[in-house]
Amino acid sequence: MAQLDVRQKLEILADAAKYDASCASSGSIKRDSRGGKGIGSTDQGMGICHAYAPDGRCISLLKVLLTNSCIFDCHYCINRKSSNVRRARFTAREVVDLTIAFYKRNYIEGLFLSSGIIRSANYTMEQIVEVARSLREDHDFRGYIHLKTIPDADPALVEAAGRHADRVSINVELPTIGGLKRLAPEKNAGRIEGAMGAMTASIADHSDARRRYRAAPRFAPAGQSTQMIVGADAATDSDIVHRAATLYGRFDLKRVYYSAFSPIPDASAVLPLRRPPLMREHRLYQSDWLMRFYGFAPGDVAAAADETTGMLPLDIDPKLAWALRFRAAFPVDVNTAARERLLRVPGLGIKAVDAILSIRRWRRLRLDDVARLTVSIARLRPFIVAADWSPTALVDRQDLRPLVAPRPEQFELFAA
Amino acid sequence: MAALRTVTLSGPDDVAGWRDAARTLAAQGVAPGAVIWQTGESGDLFAAAPASIAIAEPSARLRVPRAFIDLAGAALLHRDPERFALLYAALCRLQAHPRLLDDEADPLIARIATMAKAVRRDIHKMRAFLRFRETHDDDGLRYIAWFEPEHHIVRANAGFFVDRFAAMRWSILTPELSLHWDGETVREGPGATRGDAPADDAIEAVWQTYYASIFNPARIKIGAMLKEMPKRYWKNMPETALVPSLIADAQARERRMIDTARTQRGGNAEAAWHALREEAAGCTRCPLYKNATQTVFGEGPTSAAMMLVGEQPGDQEDLAGRAFVGPAGQMLDRALADAGVDRAQAYVTNAVKHFKFERRGKRRIHSKPNAGEIEACRWWYEQERLVVKPQVTVALGATAARSVFGRPMTIGRERGAAHELPDGGTGWVTVHPSYLLRLPDKAKAAEEFERFVEDLRGAAALLRR
Repeated sequence: MAQLDVRQKLEILADAAKYDASCASSGSIKRDSRGGKGIGSTDQGMGICHAYAPDGRCISLLKVLLTNSCIFDCHYCINRKSSNVRRARFTAREVVDLTIAFYKRNYIEGLFLSSGIIRSANYTMEQIVEVARSLREDHDFRGYIHLKTIPDADPALVEAAGRHADRVSINVELPTIGGLKRLAPEKNAGRIEGAMGAMTASIADHSDARRRYRAAPRFAPAGQSTQMIVGADAATDSDIVHRAATLYGRFDLKRVYYSAFSPIPDASAVLPLRRPPLMREHRLYQSDWLMRFYGFAPGDVAAAADETTGMLPLDIDPKLAWALRFRAAFPVDVNTAARERLLRVPGLGIKAVDAILSIRRWRRLRLDDVARLTVSIARLRPFIVAADWSPTALVDRQDLRPLVAPRPEQFELFAA
Repeated sequence: MAALRTVTLSGPDDVAGWRDAARTLAAQGVAPGAVIWQTGESGDLFAAAPASIAIAEPSARLRVPRAFIDLAGAALLHRDPERFALLYAALCRLQAHPRLLDDEADPLIARIATMAKAVRRDIHKMRAFLRFRETHDDDGLRYIAWFEPEHHIVRANAGFFVDRFAAMRWSILTPELSLHWDGETVREGPGATRGDAPADDAIEAVWQTYYASIFNPARIKIGAMLKEMPKRYWKNMPETALVPSLIADAQARERRMIDTARTQRGGNAEAAWHALREEAAGCTRCPLYKNATQTVFGEGPTSAAMMLVGEQPGDQEDLAGRAFVGPAGQMLDRALADAGVDRAQAYVTNAVKHFKFERRGKRRIHSKPNAGEIEACRWWYEQERLVVKPQVTVALGATAARSVFGRPMTIGRERGAAHELPDGGTGWVTVHPSYLLRLPDKAKAAEEFERFVEDLRGAAALLRR
């Protein structure tokens, strides 16, 4: 095989990495490059998206694989052993140089490095750690680093990864164990969860130590995340939501990413040909949001799904679906209702709810006031009572749904 | 009525100047309508009425909440010429209503908040979309960027770039102002033009390669992209030139992927089918699994050219775990034999894979699956199709037709004709064999059986020889 130059390798190894949904550079500590000999800064809050691709995804990190060769044969993965894709392999040095060159031009927030498994889990993990070590120690790089860790690697290597990285992640891959067995026969749900548990413990230990000794090393300050593929196994939305809630609870995850399975070149016969609607992925992210910020229990989200199929409606968001199913919970009086009840109102976001709470300490809100705090008062109106507004029988109407649901073409335009 | 006062600020982002002047004016009780705010380069504060306001005047009485200082600090950088007056009006109202800021629904506060939000977004987008190009000068490497902000944010944003690129020497050129960092201090210069920045950087081609490769052609969400990366920023970003061609090519690329997958028979079809069957054994996608004995999966060669789809397993199928082994199955076998179709060469399955029934005494009476159950189980049917890829699919009865065609169908009207299926292959509809079992009139039953055989013969005739 002819030697590939860095650009050709990048083409192959970025292409191979694009099925990982996460590109977040958020949630780390505040850090800058002043007084150092390198470059880079991070923030506690949201990361920066330096570009957006036509698939609507944020490009924040240089997201590449170290190599797309792999000894595993997972059916959903383009890099599986039996796939006919072109293979390439970066040296650690090449990834480091690319990261620095891109960072200096303000293209990226940092690096998200993953890899196919070559030779052994430990060998692969060593290579990944070496890239992060060189960036931090040789180049004093203070930007964001996200490392994918390998479930079976030596704990000492995983520990080293955590010391250099802002975030670490291990993918659970599929929402059901049956799906994992069918589609990733060499992976093992027990080992994956064991590794996630060990990571949770390490993060907690280090953060304890930091509280006692300022000099204690930091360990993955942006925490741990995971990803599951949606639509490649038989899991319903309700299954997925419950699974995500369990993962958040057990492993103290920062994020669970959902990746709508998409057709890949050279697909295995085991996989669906056609992608599931991207809207499904979107609805799952919305449910995730409801659970993390709006006080919805997994059971609440599941109750918004169709009873028989366990699937969330695609044409309306899960919060509206919940409201239409539990109409007795409405209307909610914006001048008296508790925060958690206001958060259930479709169309009222957290900011709007907090604004309402702060305003009503001084005066009563009218419908106009709520309108100024929100996007569409017409869709929200049936669910609230304000000083000069009461929805009369609206909530009891059979045909409420068309009044409050978005017009179909609005979302189908880009959903396909 | 008091005379108009004119305040001239040193520049469009002179927040400190506005603060000093506003504090003094408010302390003197000057009404918002009596002040004209201007910006100029002279830096000569209160040029029109220098004698009337002394900055040194005690302003300790004037108390404003911290949140107002933050809000003003952002909103004052907006390009709207009214910004100084609006914020001064808010400051005056704050004296009478200290909690005004808690009222985001107040029209004035809402407007100022919208301005502040626009400014913060612009600040964020400058951090995101500004691009440096590498050049050499006498002292070595220097990184130069050209950026066109929407509001007066450049000076306010300098700290971010210093924090991030401390060990680099860089310049940011904008139409209003230039910033130069030498590793020690930020030096300000006059506005520049695009021509003052370098025209190219060799690494941009590598970055474009990355941008094109990381994009997934199987998902296009142009709206989402435009919302976060509006076109006005595109002209100064090296990667955006690729967008039109990426979009144009995307559907063709996805089509090619699917076509390749369809025409290439996976070598692992048999293994895939076994794994699928095993996964289906634990299916809980709808509530029917609770009362049924087991999942009754389809069976037959994975290379079958014909797929027969029934409604759901019956009492005997539920116990045996195999499709079409009860009375309806025997009826089907007879009809297939008459039609000259070898059942062993066909793949036989059901639209719903668990037995749905009502208990009457000791008997379990068949109960028709509803649309939700059919939909939930359709996932398995689709997986079976992906493995088997049949040329012809025969839907036996209305439930099967609903699953095969994804819509309700009238059997009487649509039987005996070929229907194109969206995933390729041909669909064919006929009655379910159990319908024949239920006909009380013998002559009618014989007649219907003949029609059924005729339908099956018609389906078999579609097979490529």
